[in-house]
Amino acid sequence: MSHDHDHHHEHGSELSEMQLRTRALETILVEKGYIEPAALDELIETYEKKIGPRNGAQVVAKAWADPGFRQWLLEDGTAAIGSLGFGGRSGNHLVALENTPAVHNMVVCTLCSCYPWAVLGLPPLWYKSAPYRSRAVADPRGVLREFGVALPKSTEIQVWDSTAELRYLVVPMRPAGTEGWSEDKLADLVTRDSMIGTGLARRPEELP
Amino acid sequence: MNGAADMGGMHGFGPVVPEANEPVFHADWEKKAFAVNLAIGVANIWTLDAFRFARESLPPAQYLNLSYYGLWVVTTENMLLDYGVATATELNAGHALAPAKKAQRAVTAADVANMVRCGSPYDRPAPAPARFKAGDKVRAKNMHPPTHTRLPRYARGHTGAIVRVVGCHVFPDSNAINGGEDPHWLYTVRFDGRELWGEDSDPAVKVCIEAWEPYLEPL
Repeated sequence: MSHDHDHHHEHGSELSEMQLRTRALETILVEKGYIEPAALDELIETYEKKIGPRNGAQVVAKAWADPGFRQWLLEDGTAAIGSLGFGGRSGNHLVALENTPAVHNMVVCTLCSCYPWAVLGLPPLWYKSAPYRSRAVADPRGVLREFGVALPKSTEIQVWDSTAELRYLVVPMRPAGTEGWSEDKLADLVTRDSMIGTGLARRPEELP
Repeated sequence: MNGAADMGGMHGFGPVVPEANEPVFHADWEKKAFAVNLAIGVANIWTLDAFRFARESLPPAQYLNLSYYGLWVVTTENMLLDYGVATATELNAGHALAPAKKAQRAVTAADVANMVRCGSPYDRPAPAPARFKAGDKVRAKNMHPPTHTRLPRYARGHTGAIVRVVGCHVFPDSNAINGGEDPHWLYTVRFDGRELWGEDSDPAVKVCIEAWEPYLEPL
């Protein structure tokens, strides 16, 4: 069988091979009584609409604004993040990694796609791709350049390969000029990539 | 196993290309592939580790040619066949041709909502004290099991230091081959970039992995 993923034949009534094979899986499992269709709708709705990087941005903004929470987050990520209502699937064992001028943290799963769903939602395609998985551990500075991030040579880059069930959330450095901001306003500065470690938080002047 | 999934340090895949304003899914079938896979996971027919093993067991050329969710679809098909849930005739027909071998309660929307909310913790009571502590120097074993392991090839044989004793966790090497959870101590181990990638590599890079105790030997 061919599995050419670069060509989706979705024009007209023609169905792609993957559409057909996915439909077959769904139909068979529903007909045999393994799953109810409403369970599928619930999962799609949850990860399309309810769980995403805004969760993680709230965690980071609180850590920036509240030194006590920051301390707790760094000591026990699961408990601190759980106190904001985030956890569960791909978030039972959470570790926060704080970026500083001396150390920049960056997260990868070289073996597949482990990612902190509970705080960031589902991973972007590049995170699951061979280029990122192969190079993040061996040439992180080169990968960061492709994201437009140039760090001083003296900044140590610490790469975290998610080989177990721990899930990592990077706490990016708080941008200058944000003193006294509310957590809501701070959260707008926190991008998904800054919490993976392939980006930096937005500066105030970068807000739309 | 030394399969195509273990990519750390490989060359030739080209640059990382982020997509601006990327949607969560790129096609409707991806949504269904994702949801079917998670929902059938709740039915507890196989472990997540067994699913991962099946995925990385695909021939490298096939693994590398499949899209991300394509990989999930093909692996789910293989698992349904291996565990006797569906036949090849049924997969080709796109319909069930016989009832389930044994009756079970269908996974509902409430079940998956509960799964999302609770997840599945992997920490377990420790059967013995931890062998290592933070700061200990260790070597990742030079091992090449033909079955599932989470010790990436790039770390094998190399020397690092324990930075954190994580806890006692389900051992995927055992769980993936239906050998039970066999919990072992889990550690975060940090390697110097030059230890892994040679003297010419960036001196300011460190790489951390999680390693179960059976992966490590003391120095």
